Amino acid sequence: MPWVDACAVDDVDEEDVVRWDHGERTYAIYRSLNNEFYCTDGLCTHEQVHLSGGLVMDYEIECPKHNGLFDYRSGKALRAPVCEDLRTYETKVENGRVMVLV
Amino acid sequence: MSKSTAPIGSELAVRDYSLTGDSTRQAIENGLSAAEWYHSEVPRKKLKSLMKRRDAPAIRDTVIWIALHFVFAAGGLYFWGSWLCVPFWFAYGVVYGSACDSRWHECGHGTAFRTRWMNDVVYHIASFQIMRNPVNWRWSHARHHTDTLIVGRDPEIAWMHPISLVLKALAFVGIVETWTSLKVLMRNAMGNLSQEERDYIPESQWPKAVFWAWVHIAVYAAVLVVSLVLFVSGAGWKSLIPILLIGGPRVYGCWHFVMTGLLQHGGLAENVLDHRLNSRTLYMNPISRWIYWNMNYHIEHHMFPMVPYYALPELHELIKDDLPPPNTSIWDGYKEMMGSVMKQRVDPNHAMRKTLPRTARPYLEHLHRAVPERNTGLEISDRGGT
Repeated sequence: MPWVDACAVDDVDEEDVVRWDHGERTYAIYRSLNNEFYCTDGLCTHEQVHLSGGLVMDYEIECPKHNGLFDYRSGKALRAPVCEDLRTYETKVENGRVMVLV
Repeated sequence: MSKSTAPIGSELAVRDYSLTGDSTRQAIENGLSAAEWYHSEVPRKKLKSLMKRRDAPAIRDTVIWIALHFVFAAGGLYFWGSWLCVPFWFAYGVVYGSACDSRWHECGHGTAFRTRWMNDVVYHIASFQIMRNPVNWRWSHARHHTDTLIVGRDPEIAWMHPISLVLKALAFVGIVETWTSLKVLMRNAMGNLSQEERDYIPESQWPKAVFWAWVHIAVYAAVLVVSLVLFVSGAGWKSLIPILLIGGPRVYGCWHFVMTGLLQHGGLAENVLDHRLNSRTLYMNPISRWIYWNMNYHIEHHMFPMVPYYALPELHELIKDDLPPPNTSIWDGYKEMMGSVMKQRVDPNHAMRKTLPRTARPYLEHLHRAVPERNTGLEISDRGGT
């Protein structure tokens, strides 16, 4: 599994999320209030809605369609209607770029 | 201002509103289920600020709401035996039996409070008041947002064809609905979920549905026992007080939530993928808006369900030029809706369709005429992501 250059650090606002497409898959990249970066699968496990339109609060991402909630650090599903956890991916920052291990 | 046409997606010969019948199969085959919906453009930064959660507005409103329960109940009890108690019970009925609907709704979305447990506590109180199994209805409402007014998919369609005006009128006094709700809770408490409930509730949640049904039934049974004990003790009409306080307002106080709820989608189109065609935004008086927690901005709510109730007026101002003109009052909304409903009683394919302002993007008819296949992955984003 290679490290892949996903985006610039500045592409993601603090406490926000952006979409990143790579290969055949789509991902969500998060930036916390503490300037940490995280990556999960992009689509909600409930009904295939992209999480990049959602709301980031602290370390949680809320799905824009049904308000299901995940901890984006662990991918853990926190509130119905999501029951299935999100897959997460390691990230690191190098030279102002967010790298994701996919 | 408005005209009538039948959106192609709604032209069904026979409507089967069950969630496991022919209409369900057709909706899935036609790509109307879990489809892409139109939404007005809102810049991401602005949307983020609108979605931002705060505890303060909902704490303020909840403190007022709870306080009103006590004040009106105290007035009803103080003036018991005189006609003066009637307005107090009337008001108590509305804050219990109608305001609970909007609290149930907003806290179910998790948008009222920033703090999660506050949403959960109010959600459960309001679910109890409105006699809804809090598990079942959380999932049915998720489906309502996925497949709004899609026949065979949406379990919360209020105006099902053929429309019975008698049943709709009876809904304002809640007797039929209360009896139905109690039967569902009893059935659930006995561990029995219907085929439809099993369709929209994941299996992992079924034990929770049974547990909460038990809790609701146990409280209602206790209220009934207290009332009977009072009656046997010779309390006379006073033995009704426990029921007037708990459970009864679902009957005598529900009229306001029924009045506002019927307006949400009444007379509008089924089987379309543009909320401007199947939902209604209208202006109403501030008391009704407080009871209803701003759900009169219903198109806005369906387009952006993450925006809390207290930010909906601002969202409305932002996108109103892309929406049909709002009705000017509850009365105006009813005139429009009932005109369309009466036509729908003759022709279920009829649906009213408002003329959009010049500033609006046109209704996206192609979304429900030829829905592209919805797959996971990149193809979704190519059509606009969320």
